[in-house]
Amino acid sequence: MNGLVTLAAAAGEVKGGEAATFYLLAPIAVICAIGMVWARNAVHSALFLVVTMLCLGVFYVLQAGPFIGMVQIIVYTGAIMMLFLFVLMLVGRDASDSLIETLRGQRMTAVLLGLGFAGLVATGLYRALGNLDSVGLTQANSVHGGNVPGIAALLFTKYVFAFEVTSALLITAAVGAMILAHIEKRPDQKIAQPERMRARFAPDNYPGPKPGPGVFANSTSVATPAVLPDGTQSERSMSKILPQRELTAAEAAPKGTEHQ
Amino acid sequence: MDDKLTQFGQDVWWLVLAKVLLVFVFLVLMTLFAIWYERRVVARMQVRPGPNRVGPAGLLQSLADGLKLAFKEDIMPKMADKAVFFIAPVISTTCAFTAFAVIPFGPTVSVFGEKTPIQLTDVPVAVLLVLACSSMGIYGIVLGGWASGSTYPLLGGLRSSAQMISYEVAMGLSIVAVFMTAGTMSTSQIVDAQKDTQTLTLGGFDLTVPGWYAFLLIPSFLIYAIAAVGETNRAPFDLPEAESELVGGFHTEYSSLKFALFFLAEYINMVTVSGLATTLFLGGWRAPWPISLWDGANQGWWPLLWFTIKVLLLLFVFVWLRGTLPRLRYDQFMRFGWKVLIPLSLLWILTLAGIRVVQGSDLTVQARLAVVGGPILVALAIWMFWPDKRKAIEDPGVHGVDAAGRIGGTEGFPVPPLNLEVPVSPRAQRVLGERETVSTSKES
Repeated sequence: MNGLVTLAAAAGEVKGGEAATFYLLAPIAVICAIGMVWARNAVHSALFLVVTMLCLGVFYVLQAGPFIGMVQIIVYTGAIMMLFLFVLMLVGRDASDSLIETLRGQRMTAVLLGLGFAGLVATGLYRALGNLDSVGLTQANSVHGGNVPGIAALLFTKYVFAFEVTSALLITAAVGAMILAHIEKRPDQKIAQPERMRARFAPDNYPGPKPGPGVFANSTSVATPAVLPDGTQSERSMSKILPQRELTAAEAAPKGTEHQ
Repeated sequence: MDDKLTQFGQDVWWLVLAKVLLVFVFLVLMTLFAIWYERRVVARMQVRPGPNRVGPAGLLQSLADGLKLAFKEDIMPKMADKAVFFIAPVISTTCAFTAFAVIPFGPTVSVFGEKTPIQLTDVPVAVLLVLACSSMGIYGIVLGGWASGSTYPLLGGLRSSAQMISYEVAMGLSIVAVFMTAGTMSTSQIVDAQKDTQTLTLGGFDLTVPGWYAFLLIPSFLIYAIAAVGETNRAPFDLPEAESELVGGFHTEYSSLKFALFFLAEYINMVTVSGLATTLFLGGWRAPWPISLWDGANQGWWPLLWFTIKVLLLLFVFVWLRGTLPRLRYDQFMRFGWKVLIPLSLLWILTLAGIRVVQGSDLTVQARLAVVGGPILVALAIWMFWPDKRKAIEDPGVHGVDAAGRIGGTEGFPVPPLNLEVPVSPRAQRVLGERETVSTSKES
């Protein structure tokens, strides 16, 4: 963290700390990006993406944009990926993608095309920006007295219209999502806490928890109903999905193994 | 503004190491102390002694517990996702420790001839760093719940992720007011901004209040305090580990050192939100009023003491809440976060921005009154004429009993409905067990 302050204030030549952080995190970011594609398990995939986004956040901080870096970590890794994970966790932990190809040769073509595209972009970027010295980062960060006031000044003067339009779009999307997901219930369909409570204490409903199977019984098996204090067997203690096991007369009959 | 920040990041390497060590040791000691403190305070509230065997007044109890945890068997559940199960507590603890790097402990001091502030580092977006760390810390809990491969931890993990995201929004919004007033997001500068006492003029009286934002921005402070309890999964908001519903919540399957790491992270998070509350709202390491009259109070190493005392007082509030309040129901809790805390925060930010605009402009007194009074009048009018959805309570039609079913006004006795059919007592149907009569006469 120590080098970051001076870096954020003045980003000129690449200093030792900046270079070290970059060369430490860049491979991690790339490996995790590949891992995201390769991982079979959807949750692992999402986790790899989280690490990549975290690395990107640190890169933004390195490049004299501390605010955007932190916002990247809070919003993207903290909130959006968390929502992804939320859904993935509910899908079930053993759900993996099926690996049967439906299109012949699709994987090979995808790998070739992907490599080609990556090569093109990398060469283009390198030829365009490879020998470029960044200019004006220091000035951009200091003209309004810091990185955060600088962003605020731009957002609320020059780009205020775009900013407002984007926020209106986002709010519309959020409201739309809520409306699509909302299930309207009539007032009489809602079961509120008082109704639940009344139903619980209504006649013919035992309000307490069900006794566990095997309570006071001769056996602790889940198939043995609990014995109530008055000696009767409690059917409520048995799970409904368990088959009631009763011995047939043949099974119950002595098998001749007892000592005479 | 950045000239104050340039004093950070200039330290020699051993000083940086020493500061890292200081933060680490401070947090670990605070955790060990806080566990003992919590158990003793809760015990006191419940009129029992609490841990008092290990060490003086039981102070070493948490150390003994920690050692015991370390020597326990480490169980890996059969259904667990091994890598994620292992890494989840590590994420939790790492994020908890990292967040404290930007909390200021004190002013610039001299260590072996080196001038340095008692704070590991500070950046222009320091408070955002704390928020980022806490949002990454959620991953530890969520992944721990998922990787256990069993139902209760998964439910606990889901609950906790929903809860922490919701309450982090409220927390972030409550901090916005501090940013607006202080004009910075760096923790050391926020402490500096609360240095001077403020004079409020209320109807001819001059009130001198401390520059603490807890006084100036009371709504923000209250919202932060509530959100902080939700954010740290503490009672009465400890739904992710509600033992009556979810066994242990996300850490049900954890044992040994991994469980200890989760435990450590929870207590460090408590210390962190308390430290952040101290920094943002309670003047940071600066001495409170009677002590601040002494000139040396805010110099040298003394502020470390004031900071620790303030943090301990806030921790006491956490314990107090736990000892007093029952746990909330989950839907009520989420409704409270989204429908009460967040709209209140937004409204307060809007109001504060309005006040600041009016303060900054050169308006006449009448114009100011119009600007301030207009929205209040409109809000009042809307509130007055808002259609009331509640149905009027039916009059029972009995002399002397009012609509709410009471005799003698609102302070009177509630009366049962007069058409009530008294049910047959269940005891009447009980079959009485009869004993065999035993003869008492002596027989030969």
